[in-house]
Amino acid sequence: MFGRRACTVVGRETHGPYVVIEVHDPDGPAPAPGQFHMLAAVERWGGGEGERPFLPRAFSVLRARDGRLSFLFDDVGPGTNRLMELDREDEVWVTGPLGEGWRPTDRRPVLIGGGVGIAPLVALADTLDAPEVLLGFRDAHHAEAAATLGSDPNVALATDDGSAGHHGLVTDLLPEDLSDVELFACGPPAMLEAIRQLDVPAQLALESGMACGFGACFGCVTPLAEGGYARVCVDGPVFAAAELAEVPAH
Amino acid sequence: MIDFCGIQLEHEIVNGSGTFDAIAARRAFGDELLAAFPFSAFVSKTITLAPRAGNPPPRLWETAGGMINSIGLPNKGLAGYLEHDLPALAELPVPLITNVMGSTGEELAELAAACDARAEIAAVELNVSCPNVATGLDIGAVPAELERVVARVRPATAKPLIVKLTPNTADVAACAQAAEAAGADAVSLINTLRAMALGPDGGPWLGGRTGGLSGPAIRNVALAQVAAVAARVSVPIVGMGGVQTGAHAFELLRAGATLVAVGTETFRDPAAGSRIARELREKAANSANPFA
Repeated sequence: MFGRRACTVVGRETHGPYVVIEVHDPDGPAPAPGQFHMLAAVERWGGGEGERPFLPRAFSVLRARDGRLSFLFDDVGPGTNRLMELDREDEVWVTGPLGEGWRPTDRRPVLIGGGVGIAPLVALADTLDAPEVLLGFRDAHHAEAAATLGSDPNVALATDDGSAGHHGLVTDLLPEDLSDVELFACGPPAMLEAIRQLDVPAQLALESGMACGFGACFGCVTPLAEGGYARVCVDGPVFAAAELAEVPAH
Repeated sequence: MIDFCGIQLEHEIVNGSGTFDAIAARRAFGDELLAAFPFSAFVSKTITLAPRAGNPPPRLWETAGGMINSIGLPNKGLAGYLEHDLPALAELPVPLITNVMGSTGEELAELAAACDARAEIAAVELNVSCPNVATGLDIGAVPAELERVVARVRPATAKPLIVKLTPNTADVAACAQAAEAAGADAVSLINTLRAMALGPDGGPWLGGRTGGLSGPAIRNVALAQVAAVAARVSVPIVGMGGVQTGAHAFELLRAGATLVAVGTETFRDPAAGSRIARELREKAANSANPFA
């Protein structure tokens, strides 16, 4: 589907500091897990901090079902700040689904997510049979977002301050034997870079500031192992770890 | 139909170079893009003789009413463009304008000659916002230098030659006159305004240190520069800079433009070109005073 469409907000939930917004998108193509949409509030997009936001913002689909899409927001700036204010009957500009999502694997999938980066893993978990899921958060309050996981996967938690689950990094929870595992990861750059350096089969869903989301602006690039850059929006956002030179800090 | 340098176009709205990748957009949106192509001509991103990877990230910064980009003209190089991109771009339902950049008149002439040989290309646009390796000045910023470069390129192609002027100069109208005197068939303006953003550590945020400001923040600069150029040249003008609506496009046409290019607004609304063309038609048809 070419162009953006106005979708009505039909649901709003809070999970700790995060907000999940669900929009009615009867006409949009069904997204594959790991794909994303560009979002902007139809009303009052601009006029926030620094007279922003101006550009739409990229968000992985948290869940897609019955012509509805949901997205997970963390308040990190004027764009997410405005989107988190939205409530039922407000309208959102939606462009997508965009990008290349998770690829299937014959290996044992282990899903590993950090913070707001759990969103595309929730979408993936919905398509798998009781997958192993490792989630890391700052603290127990943030870890309330783990409730967004639908079925009853085997979830292990880690928090930075030990207030829920393992006290430490989510990567501490990885199985010792990774010989038959493929990792599916999304989270802070430092977490993804640590996983990239494990040198095991892994798919990493990257985040990047984007102006457009469909390959026009060339603004969201990430360095490749073979040299040069790939656009996160059209070549990703999911990359094989081995393709990447590094996961940039921003 | 609009006549632009002998090319017949469906409407006045085209894209600014480097603001729409028709090949990537077709991958993202499918063939529906071709049926609803938003522009009446497609302007390619800038092509250089050798491939370029572009600038290190970060490449973007959002401002009040706009954005700064520091992309660094990534492209496959002339040979890669002709072999890989041109066949796909030839499938678009609109004429193709190829934008080229070189650091000397000789490089630009080689690029223009290569375009001249390809029937798929309707016109050539010169990006002269490139520093001259000898002088450090942008080729397009100094009228005498610009005239010399365009005169060098002119014999290399019989196709319409558009010179994309830089706004980062003391007198854009003098630059436009120089381009016209050297044989340009049209000029396009404005390119982005040189700009900088500082990151949290107080240093330049962008990997390329400086970038170009675009979006509605620069719309009234564009209006002034297009009007100044229109007063001094008789060749057609492609006006651009911060256009978001048909009313904005109408203003650039009133200032003297023949075509209007849309760039940054497409990032927010992928089909903005079609919407703006429709709004422009409605404005012209429905209002005795289109500024009302």
